[in-house]
Amino acid sequence: MTTLPAVSARRRITDRFMRSLMLVLTIVAIVPLILILYYLIREGIGAWNADFFTTDPTGRFLGDPGGIKSAIWGTIVMVALASLIAIPIGVGVALYLVEFGKQGTFAKIVRYFVDVMTGVPSVVFGLFIYIVLVVTKVGGTFAAWKGSVALSLLMLPVVVRSSEVVLNLVPDSLREGALALGAPRWRVTFRVVLPSALPGLVTGSLLAVARAAGETAPLLFTAAFVFGTQFDLSQRMNSLPLQIFNDVSQAQDRLVQRAWGAALTLVVLVLILSLVARLVQRRSRLA
Amino acid sequence: MEAGTMTPRADRSLLERSPRARAADPILRWTLTALAALILVLIAFFFVRLFIEAKPAFDKFGYVGFVFNNNWDVSKEIFGAWPLVVGTLITSAIALIIGVPVAIATALFVSELAPRRSRQPLVILVELLAAVPSVVYGLWGIKVLAPKLQPAQQWFSDTFSFLPLVGGPVSIPNCFIAGLIMAIMILPIVSAISREVMTTVPSENKEAALALGATRWEMIRMAVLPYSRAGISGAAMLGLGRAIGETIAVTIVIGNAPQVPETIFSQGYTLAAVIANEFGEAASDPTHRAALIAAGLVLFVLTLFVNAIARYYVNRAQRGQRSVPQGMAG
Amino acid sequence: MNPEDVTSPPSAPSSAAPDPATPRAETRRLEVGGARDEEAPIVQGHAVTLRGLNAYYGETHAVKDVNLDYAANRVTAMIGPSGCGKSTLVRCINRMHEEIPGARATGEVNLDDLDLYSDGVDVVSVRRAVGMVFQKPNPFPTMSIYDNVAAGLRLSGTRGVNVKERVESSLKGAGLWEEVKDRMGQPGIGLSGGQQQRLCIARTIAVEPEVILMDEPASALDPISTLKIEELILELKRRYTIVLVTHNMQQAARVADTTAFMLNGELVEHASTEKIFSNPDDERTEQYVTGKFG
Repeated sequence: MTTLPAVSARRRITDRFMRSLMLVLTIVAIVPLILILYYLIREGIGAWNADFFTTDPTGRFLGDPGGIKSAIWGTIVMVALASLIAIPIGVGVALYLVEFGKQGTFAKIVRYFVDVMTGVPSVVFGLFIYIVLVVTKVGGTFAAWKGSVALSLLMLPVVVRSSEVVLNLVPDSLREGALALGAPRWRVTFRVVLPSALPGLVTGSLLAVARAAGETAPLLFTAAFVFGTQFDLSQRMNSLPLQIFNDVSQAQDRLVQRAWGAALTLVVLVLILSLVARLVQRRSRLA
Repeated sequence: MEAGTMTPRADRSLLERSPRARAADPILRWTLTALAALILVLIAFFFVRLFIEAKPAFDKFGYVGFVFNNNWDVSKEIFGAWPLVVGTLITSAIALIIGVPVAIATALFVSELAPRRSRQPLVILVELLAAVPSVVYGLWGIKVLAPKLQPAQQWFSDTFSFLPLVGGPVSIPNCFIAGLIMAIMILPIVSAISREVMTTVPSENKEAALALGATRWEMIRMAVLPYSRAGISGAAMLGLGRAIGETIAVTIVIGNAPQVPETIFSQGYTLAAVIANEFGEAASDPTHRAALIAAGLVLFVLTLFVNAIARYYVNRAQRGQRSVPQGMAG
Repeated sequence: MNPEDVTSPPSAPSSAAPDPATPRAETRRLEVGGARDEEAPIVQGHAVTLRGLNAYYGETHAVKDVNLDYAANRVTAMIGPSGCGKSTLVRCINRMHEEIPGARATGEVNLDDLDLYSDGVDVVSVRRAVGMVFQKPNPFPTMSIYDNVAAGLRLSGTRGVNVKERVESSLKGAGLWEEVKDRMGQPGIGLSGGQQQRLCIARTIAVEPEVILMDEPASALDPISTLKIEELILELKRRYTIVLVTHNMQQAARVADTTAFMLNGELVEHASTEKIFSNPDDERTEQYVTGKFG
């Protein structure tokens, strides 16, 4: 009877062991996510009630701590303003890189610096705006709009990078067809390139927005902290991350619970934004 | 789509456009170029302003003195950042030691071992880790992870006290928990980039290994891992860059004690955490403020350096894929 | 063995157009089952027999109920138009076909008297016994020439094996030793295309398989390298049983003892190379070898 060369037990065991180990470590990687979501829901849902979302934090340590209304509004307002700044500029820079700069030296330098920006810690962005706008007392000290500027600095490289990828995917034949019809460059850009890249641009921008919504450090030095809801951009404004940061180190249980509730709110917000972004992406592929 | 004016006009031919229409193209081009240049200006401005504001601290303590003096004393207005630097290094090292192997394992599992249909869900789950905000990691870390892991850490500290940096009492906020949280936070990016590199391993090399009679793991060891080495190194460096700059989660779980940590289970401090933690009280004290900004500058330079190395490795990995050298005749 | 046999270029079958190479037609072609004394096998090879082999890619039936015998120490060529299933069939012999997601095979593949598809047979062992050379040379890019050849050896432990000797004899067997003996430490991918393929052949024979499968091994190479590979095949058959997939009919005529013609997943005809190219039984074979399609 012919026999084949044997596979030693050591090799078999090593193979099975390493493959199991990879599986185990993958599960280990996912466990924290599940635990975080579990605790967020377990500790945070108890804080959720009508008052939680409709009253401002009172700043009191004893008695009624209040809700997180100002934090929610603050996050919405500041992130919206930051998006208004970062998305047009970011898409504009990406347009430059794809339509005009291409592989030129200047474009390469710009790309390099955008890459550098993605690696800068968010606290450094906050510090920078603090130095340039807060300390110099441009329009008052702490202000919501300065927080938005800091957030937009954070969003900018993310928007540029993802938009560049998306714009590069627009086939050249589309551009050439329009140009051949006699359309000027600016029309080709606004009527042909941008519309066809729109879903991808929206996805990338939404992901940048989700990131900005969760950032704490840039706001610490710029928009700072305040309890009441107010929509004056030149004044301090509360935000969800800052509210959580403040409450996390308190000794009172009710304040800590508010932190959990706010954290759950923030995570839900971020997840919704990410989900919408992915849905837009998937719909554009099917279209 | 109209191509400029098409109706005949007396003052110019059909093929010319109005001066206004002709100006639109250059306006667009130069506007966009200006936006792009804005980025360069911004970064340069960044660096210069940071340096100017930090200078008083460097003047007072010297460049070397600021970084290497082991004394961060707010009350006495002495600012030597060495405890912060050590804290940053220790927590980042822990983050890398725990995070990178797990990230590589996840990347390997998803790209080589997992059943096809489970790949996309697994990828999404790992990426969801990146969606959790830093402050939420901090909250969960200090309220759940740190207390729950305290007995295990104490056991480890007692059993392995012969190791350097191990032994003694375990504080609830400590460097190890900070490193562990950071490991979880860098997992998505290290895993995603590693996975990208691994999926570009040429299938013909994997087939060659299998055809020689290799087990699945041996094939990974022969064909996948060596090919992915540069990319994985780049990914790890990127993870390191993120870990160094992580601020809020760290300051919540590390204890913010401005001493060089005796063990990994002691409280510590990092360059990023000190800025977030002390900036409030530094508002009124110019020297303190300059010191914090100087710490920010050191942090900035450090991340620039690490990210440059990371980019070098990732580029090398990408270049390697595009051009596998092959001779001509023969 | 007459040394001239190895170094002179191979010749063409009588039915095709006269080959521009040296006319030494008679010494190359063999009758099925017969062997000239000068070309007697050095190592007694193993026969492979396929019985009722079917292969599928999901729902697609790529190989349909094939019965085929590969004689020991012979070169059998597999010819046929693109997509006829010849590569798929060959990949079933070393069970590489099942590596493709959704792919499966049924039937018997017997190495002498052992069915490689029976229960209890380890696929890893099968691949050790049945080696494969691929169409595109694929040396491991991060390994040196020496490490490439030793790669398969090191898998099963090197106890009792002198790796250095085995590497040298494999490179000699692949006709590459003289060209690389002074640069064994250099990367395998630094070699030319033809050298890389011979390196892959050395790597395959270093583990001493019973059978060697070659899937269009010279189709990515220039004519001179192709000739060298073909000479190598004729030398290798004295130690191994060789299955050669090729789309180049002249190559089959030069090198193969028997030839099998496949069409649409079916085995149409298998006979001595001379018969296939001069006087095939099946009309479809005749149409293919005279170039009427494919």
